[in-house]
Amino acid sequence: MGASNNSELTYAYYPGCSIHGTARDYGLSIDAVCSALGMDLVEIPDWNCCGASSAHGTDNLLSAALPARNLAIACKMQMDVAVPCAACFNRLAVANMRIREEAELRQRVETALSQSYDGSANVRTLLDIVINDAGLEAIKEKVVRPLDGLKAACYYGCLMVRPPDAVAFDRPEDPQILDQLVAALGAEPVAWPHKTECCGASFSLTRTDIVMKLTGDVLRMAKRCGAECIVCACPLCMANLDMRQATIEKVSGQQIGLPVLYFTEMMGLAMSLPGVESWLRMHMVNAGGVIRRLAAVQDMSDPALVSLP
Amino acid sequence: MSDDTPDKTANDLSNLTVGGHRSDPEFFERVNSLSGQNVSLCYQCGECTAGCPTAFAMDFKPNQVSRLVQLGMAEEALSCNSIWICVGCETCATRCPKNVDLCAIMDALRQMASKRHVKSPETDVQSFHEVFLSSIRKSGRMHEAGLIAALKLKTGKLTKDIPLGLALLKKGRLNPLPDPVKDKAAVQAIFGEAQTPGEDNGRQ
Repeated sequence: MGASNNSELTYAYYPGCSIHGTARDYGLSIDAVCSALGMDLVEIPDWNCCGASSAHGTDNLLSAALPARNLAIACKMQMDVAVPCAACFNRLAVANMRIREEAELRQRVETALSQSYDGSANVRTLLDIVINDAGLEAIKEKVVRPLDGLKAACYYGCLMVRPPDAVAFDRPEDPQILDQLVAALGAEPVAWPHKTECCGASFSLTRTDIVMKLTGDVLRMAKRCGAECIVCACPLCMANLDMRQATIEKVSGQQIGLPVLYFTEMMGLAMSLPGVESWLRMHMVNAGGVIRRLAAVQDMSDPALVSLP
Repeated sequence: MSDDTPDKTANDLSNLTVGGHRSDPEFFERVNSLSGQNVSLCYQCGECTAGCPTAFAMDFKPNQVSRLVQLGMAEEALSCNSIWICVGCETCATRCPKNVDLCAIMDALRQMASKRHVKSPETDVQSFHEVFLSSIRKSGRMHEAGLIAALKLKTGKLTKDIPLGLALLKKGRLNPLPDPVKDKAAVQAIFGEAQTPGEDNGRQ
């Protein structure tokens, strides 16, 4: 997306509904990493749900007006909007584009909101902001515990990179940005073909069979390509890759055992930020094996971290 | 049979049939306007179906859904399971050589099916969307634990994923309490506007 509007690293933060629930680990690691990088995330006051995954398949106006209420508030803050969830990011960016392009829709949105909104907020993923605004050099300077060639499969999923006309922040088929970050942390991004394959998203609760197949394919491909862990940037991806992994193993009779980390958790690990151990403990797939593999070659004096399950 | 008078029925599309199925040209126009797409551009190359992660579970494949719309076959397009099995991953929209956003068409078809009360063959998926939106309507934010509980009540699948839910609770990843927006009236105004009369409440 476009370059930052900010001279200082201050952003209108749209946390989304999962960040205080199933993605609490993501939220805590975001707070820690952004604070360490001197970034200031100012929560959009009284933000509401963006309507993912249901509004866009139910009603055109809802799909634009629910995101727009948040963006209208953010616009007044005069900061770029930072969105950690790929699905929220997608819905906010798509609604924003449509409000700019479709006069009729914009008019209905403005009626619904009782205020004018022209689609001018700059909606960005937190991943983009961390890498392009804070910058890889600044991140490298903060790395005190390089991840020693830890083989990581960078998983972007669908909605952060598609559709390209609305989100336009990295290549839609072979994005690079997360791979660059992972390399800056001293880990080794593996080459693999499933970077942007779908995990099944919100079918987790309804067509779990579809999620088992799609997420199973992603996990097995990561494993086959030599990954020791998966890195992601979305609570919904995490929910499927981490929470459903045990069942996928059970049904397929095939052991996978791939810990899944949010990119901010991996940064916290490399930057030796306090709290990493507590975030990783919230995961379903144990990360202890990977940590001890690193500890064998790294100085990891933190006993809580090394004793992770 | 030197009949030079034009066939009066040639331009009357109201009784058009395709393979015995009624064709409704207005439906085709409506999907175009609601989705902001021109479905006529689709030349049936099948790229959408080739890349679709959920095509394996669809009764009509993505390119066939596009064809149903082109042929004005409303009944088939609105009652197939495909429009509910489309997960909205945007792979087809990214790869279409004619820049047709099939995801937007699937959205339009779902919207029309819902508004016309066409019963979805994917009842759980439809229930999920209803429960999700009713939760946002009430509190402005989606409360995960509440959503799961409401979905269980609606689908009757009370025991599904119970161990997973308990594990999440134990790990502090299910917030038992909702965290609603303060300005509920603003959210309700959005839902109110969405219900103002209009054909399918869409663009136009």
